[in-house]
Amino acid sequence: MFESLGDRLQNAIHKIKGYGKITEDNISDMMREIRLALLEADVNYTVVKEFTSKVKEKALGEEVISSINPGDLFVKIVKDELTELLGGDSEDLNLKGNPAILMMVGLQGSGKTTSIAKLSNFLRKKHSKKPLLVACDVYRPAAIDQLKQLGKQLNIEVYDEGKRNPVEIAKNAVCYAKENHYDYVLIDTAGRLHIDEGLMDELEDIRTSVEPQEILLVIDSMMGQDAINVITGFNDKLPLTGVVLTKLDGDTRGGVALSIRHLTHVPIKFIGVSEKMDGIDFFDPERMAGRILGMGDIVSLVEKATESIDEKEAEKAAKRMQQGKFDLEDFLSTMKQIKKLGPLENLIKLIPGAKKMGLTNVKVDPKQMAHIEAIVLSMTPKERRHPEIIKSSRKTRIASGSGTSVQEVNKLLQQFDQMKKMMRGVSNGNIKFPF
Amino acid sequence: MGLFSRIKNMFKDTKNEDTREEMQKRIEDEEQLVAEEYDVDIENEDSIKQEKEKTTNVIEKSVDTKNLKGQEDGVVDVKKDVKVYEKGLTKSRQGFVSKLVSLTSKYDKITSDYFDELEEILIMADIGVNTVMSFIDRLKNRAKSENITDPSLLKEIIVDELFIIYVNDEVLSNKIQYNSDGPTVLLFIGVNGVGKTTTIGKLANKMKDEGKKVLLVGADTFRAGAVNQLKEWSEKVGVSFYGKEDSDPASVVYDGILKAKEDNIDVVLVDTAGRLQNKVNLMKELEKMNKVIDGLIEGGASETLLVIDATTGQNGISQAKAFKEITNITGIILTKLDGTAKGGIVLAIKEEVGIPVKYIGLGETKDDLQVFDIEKYIYGLFKDMM
Repeated sequence: MFESLGDRLQNAIHKIKGYGKITEDNISDMMREIRLALLEADVNYTVVKEFTSKVKEKALGEEVISSINPGDLFVKIVKDELTELLGGDSEDLNLKGNPAILMMVGLQGSGKTTSIAKLSNFLRKKHSKKPLLVACDVYRPAAIDQLKQLGKQLNIEVYDEGKRNPVEIAKNAVCYAKENHYDYVLIDTAGRLHIDEGLMDELEDIRTSVEPQEILLVIDSMMGQDAINVITGFNDKLPLTGVVLTKLDGDTRGGVALSIRHLTHVPIKFIGVSEKMDGIDFFDPERMAGRILGMGDIVSLVEKATESIDEKEAEKAAKRMQQGKFDLEDFLSTMKQIKKLGPLENLIKLIPGAKKMGLTNVKVDPKQMAHIEAIVLSMTPKERRHPEIIKSSRKTRIASGSGTSVQEVNKLLQQFDQMKKMMRGVSNGNIKFPF
Repeated sequence: MGLFSRIKNMFKDTKNEDTREEMQKRIEDEEQLVAEEYDVDIENEDSIKQEKEKTTNVIEKSVDTKNLKGQEDGVVDVKKDVKVYEKGLTKSRQGFVSKLVSLTSKYDKITSDYFDELEEILIMADIGVNTVMSFIDRLKNRAKSENITDPSLLKEIIVDELFIIYVNDEVLSNKIQYNSDGPTVLLFIGVNGVGKTTTIGKLANKMKDEGKKVLLVGADTFRAGAVNQLKEWSEKVGVSFYGKEDSDPASVVYDGILKAKEDNIDVVLVDTAGRLQNKVNLMKELEKMNKVIDGLIEGGASETLLVIDATTGQNGISQAKAFKEITNITGIILTKLDGTAKGGIVLAIKEEVGIPVKYIGLGETKDDLQVFDIEKYIYGLFKDMM
């Protein structure tokens, strides 16, 4: 898709390399690249303007030759500035109050209902307390039904009164929560435009009648320049306490995050990272900065790996690899570990510099992984330990057992053999990885 | 009236009376300019003429459709307007080649503030960054080569050039392609939360009013409540419905189309789950649905409509590209234009991916769907500026 800022700057830097120092005169190409990169990430136009002039100030006078890679230096300046802008004081949810009341607001289709269900699940897990979901979207067809289904999935109770007055529903829900000792009340509201006065007044009415501790605005991370109108529209009418940035599992850069922070100072508290019910996460300014600039995110990669990979298993595999004893049994368990990390192309994107290595367009077919697994599983344990004993009749059996062909079985065995040779090379120190 | 003069009339309040004369003069000047260009470039004369004919054809067609709409106009006017428009088209092709030629510092100084403001307006409307940048460059070139220093004249060129980006040299149709024998199948796709289901409800209402027998098929078996949402729409509008939760979407499509054939349905509107374009498995699922439709209906789905939220930024281009790889998208439906978002990304999508807009969504009730009109749309983008 888009070029990362690093790649862009590499091109611009060539022009100023001969100068030695970054000056007013030779900086303009660099600034143009930074500007375009930010605009392509959907950062608000006026924010970009301010931001680039700030960066320019910082960059002027920096030695170009003193750093090994002047482009990197520039990227660092930009990233640090971005991180600072995105960061500020990170705030936790205010969950005082008995019960603590949270309210989700936002445009249609931004992901309020999904986010509120995820959040209730998150809070229940984290604080082991009892949440109540409240269905106040009485306008969109089947919205109540949606929340009820999610509640059922999560085993969290949903309070609803059908299509009645949302203000009344919210009030009654809070009473109900008090009577039944719920710790958190999470109110889902209907999507609305920030310019729809009637519906905005309704939100204000809900707010004054139940006085929530948290009012979270849900923003779609794919949003473009209009985000600023939406954010200020909601913020002017309601005292927003935070933002939930959704759909970050897509390939959007999410420059809207910068606009939110810079123009309103409302902190981004959560991000939505998948359609699954555990797909909600705390917001991390540094990672977001990297994402906006297209720089990859090694932190997420490592985190994901530590979360999903069984350390003992991994160690065992590594040891066997070193001893040159790695067989198909080990291969199978390693593959299972990798599968836990989720779609491989998502992982690849997190590798810094993936774009430069031409890896971002790599598509890994999950079916192919399944085929390989099926082949290995169709072998007997003995065959897995000693792949060399697999000859033609065994191959035919394995192929029909796994629903594949003899050619595919051959291919797998060949590749495994090559892999094993390579591993031996690595442990002997003969082969260096290309990165 | 032709396209261009209609647009021009939209801006008439801001113009003084002698504009008409200025226009005439400009047209004459431009004709002169064209003639000169021909002299210089004799070798290319034939190809230029061919291009001219081609563009004239396109323009005449578009003028024809305007006439069909019931517009009354003088023949002379049309010809003049056609010439201006045609000139614009020719220029755009040349302009693309030399668009990055930098401006002389003189012009930059005179008009840089103006161009900055223009750039801001276009970027703020979410027209793609690349599209805007090249557009501004092209405009600067044109202003330079045609010696335009008066911003009011430049305005017309802006509109002209934006048309060119969108219309290119194609004849665009907003009409839905109907299948002559058997049911017409329309497939609705897009990322999460753009308004696919709501759009289907509205389009069903429109088609029902046109006397068609409509069936809604709820193949979003993933999102909680999605099938019921579509079902409620079918009841609201008064059309048939088929859907099943917790089953394979392709099988729902299969059963839905069989039902449509049995019940002699004219149009089948298929709702699909929202999917982010970088999720390979979900894109595969879409491919499978298409195969099912291809198997049941000769020629497959008549239309595959990509639904895009007007608030979408640059990611819209990625959406269009990724979905186009999987399916043969025939048009875009731009939703939520009743907000403050301008949805300018559709211009970039048209330019970079080549998909035109067919409908726009303007609200949540069943009547809030309109056929897309590029003229009105471009005017809307500039009403703050003109």
